[in-house]
Amino acid sequence: MAKVKGLALFDEDRCKGCELCTYVCPVNIIVMDNKKINKRGYHPATVTNMDKCLGCANCALMCPDTVIKVEREFVSERR
Amino acid sequence: MTIEFMKGNEVIGAAAIKAGCRYFFGYPITPQSELPEYMARELPKVGGVFLQAESEIAAINMVYGASGAGARVMTSSSSPGISLKMEGISYIAGAELPCLIVNIVRGGPGLGGIQPAQSDYFQAVKGGGHGDYRLVVLAPNSIQELSDLVMEGFDIADQYRNPVMILGDGMLGQMMEAVEFREPKKRNLPPKNWATSLNNTSSKKIINSLYIQPKDLENHNLRLHKKYEEIKKNETKYEKLETDDAEIILTAYGTTSRIVSNAIRSLRKEGIKAGIIRPITLWPFPYKAYEEAADRTKAFLTVEMSMGQMIEDVKLGVNGKKPVYFCGRTGGMIPDSSDIVEKAKKILGGEIQ
Amino acid sequence: MKTVFERTKALTPAVMHYCPGCTHGIIHRLVGEVLEELDVLNKAVMVAPVGCSTFIYDYINCHTQQAAHGRAPAVATGIKRVLPESVVFTYQGDGDLASIGTAEIVHAAMRGEKITVIFVNNAIYGMTGGQVAPTTLEGQKASTAPLGRDKSHFGMPIRMSEMLATLESATFVERVSVHSPSNIRKAKSAIKKAFVNQISGEGFSMVEVLSTCPTNWKMTPIRALEWLEDNMIPYYPLINLRNPKEVE
Repeated sequence: MAKVKGLALFDEDRCKGCELCTYVCPVNIIVMDNKKINKRGYHPATVTNMDKCLGCANCALMCPDTVIKVEREFVSERR
Repeated sequence: MTIEFMKGNEVIGAAAIKAGCRYFFGYPITPQSELPEYMARELPKVGGVFLQAESEIAAINMVYGASGAGARVMTSSSSPGISLKMEGISYIAGAELPCLIVNIVRGGPGLGGIQPAQSDYFQAVKGGGHGDYRLVVLAPNSIQELSDLVMEGFDIADQYRNPVMILGDGMLGQMMEAVEFREPKKRNLPPKNWATSLNNTSSKKIINSLYIQPKDLENHNLRLHKKYEEIKKNETKYEKLETDDAEIILTAYGTTSRIVSNAIRSLRKEGIKAGIIRPITLWPFPYKAYEEAADRTKAFLTVEMSMGQMIEDVKLGVNGKKPVYFCGRTGGMIPDSSDIVEKAKKILGGEIQ
Repeated sequence: MKTVFERTKALTPAVMHYCPGCTHGIIHRLVGEVLEELDVLNKAVMVAPVGCSTFIYDYINCHTQQAAHGRAPAVATGIKRVLPESVVFTYQGDGDLASIGTAEIVHAAMRGEKITVIFVNNAIYGMTGGQVAPTTLEGQKASTAPLGRDKSHFGMPIRMSEMLATLESATFVERVSVHSPSNIRKAKSAIKKAFVNQISGEGFSMVEVLSTCPTNWKMTPIRALEWLEDNMIPYYPLINLRNPKEVE
């Protein structure tokens, strides 16, 4: 059975902290990094647990500022 | 009377309401949107009507209708929106209707910018719309004067049955100063028997600017012209300060005049005798003030936030007796009083031809 | 790893000036992606409006002409008649298209001008600070309708898509939304059909895109998505109103 492995890469200095990506992630792995302030003065969005990422690109679709690049691969799982 | 601290755009609305204006038709445009927003809040409270029109063209035509129905009515906009209103203004003037039009000028031409400018002078005083009509154009230079001229503007409009324009700029619209709402001098305003009214059943009223027979149209224009001569005689207003002994007379209107006043203070401190003529009515223009001053002074320096428009009227008043120079910034840039001082010194030092 | 999403080269790298959470960014991107995928980016001529998106020429990589408020369809007409091989489109907000520009859009549609119109409907005037729009919902507050849009004073909102769909030569008219990923995908599909409609010579096409304005609606971007779904969609249904037979 193939599993999906996703990679969501955030260009943090483009982020305006709108939080829309956090709202649409189906596995809830995106949070606003309250410990960081980017060049624009916002808390940028970031992924907490990339292992769970499906590479669905909902976040990238929803982002108005093309902050996110998404990669994906199918990994075969050994039984 | 109480003194309040208010923003220019809102003062226009407050003064208009105090002057009995109960109808406002307008459209949002920077930097005057606070005025329709103020009227949206306040007019319903006094039983008035605020309506945001679909465009500036629709708004001026709503004004035409409301004025024809006998009401005190106004509209406001900024440069590009005023351009749209020009056809309507010509109709209002042709039909001899009163109304107040406020232009909070921004940089142009075209979409331009949103910062203050004075580049609509030609548009305001030399026509703008088609035909042989004139707009009474009032140019305040402080929030207090803005309030006074708005109120007086309605009276002038009613007295002569003509549209009146308040020519402001983005700075005047956005800044806040102390203001005391005081009534203008009492005028004997005739009743509006010409207006469409459901009370007056004696005869039908026709509000119109069409005179299809050339002789009729000529007579109409001659009549309008006589009215304009009356306005010139009675309503020309200007201020002159320290001009009697001035070697150089600076001239400016609106917010620019305040920067010029600073420059004059600096010049006088250096022992240079400078004065200012500040037109308050841009139409009718105070040509006489320049004509008289030209006998005594050495040169004139016109300062405007444009590429130089009022300077043409200054030159007409000076009539070649003395040189007239220009100093200014445009595009929304604000002139610096030190630049004005430098220019004045260069002129008096003979460095500029 | 295969890239499944990255910024289209139809968009410049500039960070857009829009408020955080404003859906203009999404719509600009969809238009850019469609133009790139249809391989017409170098033939595209965009007509920019007066509104928040007046600076769209800094964000989408194609020829642009900036129009006076509301006049974009007329400007687009001039361009398309001179350059019939170009792909001409306007991008307009509710003030531009549904208020001051009602004559221009109706007549461009009436004439069947072969242009594509992207109409961004966020039920308010954004750039000038939140005044009422013809599309503002009944009861919705705005700075020039401080007590909420009152039906007895200002009537009910205008449904531009339904109105224009009554014109014979408006051959593609559809309303979509961008408040969720699945809606964003459907919006892109409609925008693509709208451009194909022009390229195949069918006629006038318009896509009305329901959008949020968190700043002037005075809510967070996430709450704005929900407000759109709960309040705008019941009045502005997501529906195709005109479709030429040949469009795939």
